[in-house]
Amino acid sequence: MKWQRLLRFARNDIHRFSSDKALGCRGKGGIERLLMWELIRANKRNSILLMVLMAAVLLLLGFIIGLGFSGDPAGGFFGIIVAAAVWLVLAVVSLSSGDQILLAASKARPVTHDVHPQLFNIVEEMKIAAGLPAMPKIYIINDPAANAFATGRSPESASVAVTAGLLSRLNRDELQGVVAHEISHILHRDILYVTLAGIMLGAIVLLSQVFLRGTFYGSMTGSRRRYSSGGRGGGQAQLVILVIAILAAVLAPIMAYLLYFALSRRREYLADAGAARLTRYPEGLASALEKIANDPSPQLAAANQVTAPMYIVNPFKKKGQMQLSNLTSTHPSISERIRILRSMAQGASFKDYSDAYTSVTRHKTIVPLSAQRKEDVPLRGPSAEAAKEERLEKQLRQVGDLMRKVEGFVFLTCVCGLRLKIPPNYKRDEVTCPKCQRVLALPAR
Amino acid sequence: MITVLIIVAVVVVLVAVFVIGIYNALVGLRNQVNNAWSQIDVQLKRRHDLIPNLVETARGYMKHERETFESITKARSQAMGARNVSEASKAEGALGEALSKFMLVVENYPELKANQNFLALQEELSSTENRIAFARQNYNDQVLFFNNKIQMFPSSIIAGMFAFGKRDFFEVQVAAEREVPKVSFS
Repeated sequence: MKWQRLLRFARNDIHRFSSDKALGCRGKGGIERLLMWELIRANKRNSILLMVLMAAVLLLLGFIIGLGFSGDPAGGFFGIIVAAAVWLVLAVVSLSSGDQILLAASKARPVTHDVHPQLFNIVEEMKIAAGLPAMPKIYIINDPAANAFATGRSPESASVAVTAGLLSRLNRDELQGVVAHEISHILHRDILYVTLAGIMLGAIVLLSQVFLRGTFYGSMTGSRRRYSSGGRGGGQAQLVILVIAILAAVLAPIMAYLLYFALSRRREYLADAGAARLTRYPEGLASALEKIANDPSPQLAAANQVTAPMYIVNPFKKKGQMQLSNLTSTHPSISERIRILRSMAQGASFKDYSDAYTSVTRHKTIVPLSAQRKEDVPLRGPSAEAAKEERLEKQLRQVGDLMRKVEGFVFLTCVCGLRLKIPPNYKRDEVTCPKCQRVLALPAR
Repeated sequence: MITVLIIVAVVVVLVAVFVIGIYNALVGLRNQVNNAWSQIDVQLKRRHDLIPNLVETARGYMKHERETFESITKARSQAMGARNVSEASKAEGALGEALSKFMLVVENYPELKANQNFLALQEELSSTENRIAFARQNYNDQVLFFNNKIQMFPSSIIAGMFAFGKRDFFEVQVAAEREVPKVSFS
């Protein structure tokens, strides 16, 4: 076992030096290189396109609903104004404090460096590798399920949240892979996109729900006068419009969902590619995804349909939904993502990821062509600590300890070896060891 | 006559706006390159600050590794006293090598590996080594982008006018660092 560790360590060093060298010596390749910035630009273009499409769906829905209610074009325009107003209110609220709302809804708590120094170190390493302008804020979700997400408006004010289950189950390389995936979301401006698309989706769903319930309620109480006031022929024309409006109200959210999901799947792939490139080690993320997929703990408690696309893997463990999974799932299948990452044998550039993607899925590539320039990004070996594998009971105890730490518990080790876990609401300054009856002083809190 | 003047004025203003825009973008990129470079220094400083603590903690357990400690301390003081870039990068290379040797030797001391304080320091050290590597990686990324920009049309013209020079990639200076570390499994 020992020589294996030595070999890993040696390989790690070879990587470090050779990667510096490879980048350093290739001065004459000129401009035939991949640029992360082009990926970001392509991503921005796609986001704008999606926003425009969803805005069109929203305004059209407003128009049709308005028309359906009133029966004349003036009402349609009023509907547009209402739709735009709904969207504006939601946009202002979620752009000013959307990340805080999402973090609170996910029960994520901000933590200090002492709670998990390794997590802080890894986030900072990835922040340096990505050249982010500011250190993301770090949150831990007290949940044994393994998952993670990033949120925020811009790279300057981003947050990364991971679950306690993830921290206890992954080794350093795997955690680095997951954090790199989240940092890639920040770097690619996906976090802003998810927020904006979420708002648009929310507005569409809200509008159609209000309309559908309104019409349903209206028909229940028999208030049909409004629709049949204009004589027999006019009433029929209006009925047709009303049917179209109902149809639109039913279909619009579905269309919006599909748009949202399709692009969020694409973004997951691109964040995987970005993670491989930042860490130079796709196996780290691959094996992390494998562990998350085989996670035996129950599904994440504080996740819902709107927040689902943010997570690194879908927080809902679905059963018997396989037929629709390709259209409606927010995430690509984990096994596919793992296979793509594992077939990146040549290097860690976007081009290498794109090649691996095509060979695994037999689909056209998802990486924008402009970002696919040839680039020499060598892989590295696992870090020295990668061999750490722990038994399940120990992992579970670690989850418990970490969750207590986040809650503000104090850990104390008695001279007799007993480890005391003191809850934050314990008010006295000393505690008696239950095993050897020694009196221990509590550190100042 | 006046219309001609107006057209000329409009064209001049447009060109000026265009040139100013590109110039500002280039300055921004150059600042990013400089910032990425200083990031490397920040991380190297972190490495220097970490070493005394690490050596103090480990010394008590590792009685037979005087040479290792000496080479670390020597490389550190050389790196801190370096007067120019090539001297510094040489010393940093030697320091990195000494530290990776140290991390290998640590594996022989299970008691040391059970020490919580040392484990925390070890995590800080491996993170620092990672940070240095990632800071260099990021610097090279930024240089790549900057160099591409000043070679590509139309920004190449403005870069030429205001003498924006190509930047060098980070290269490992020490010959020993380029070599594959020899590890025997006997």
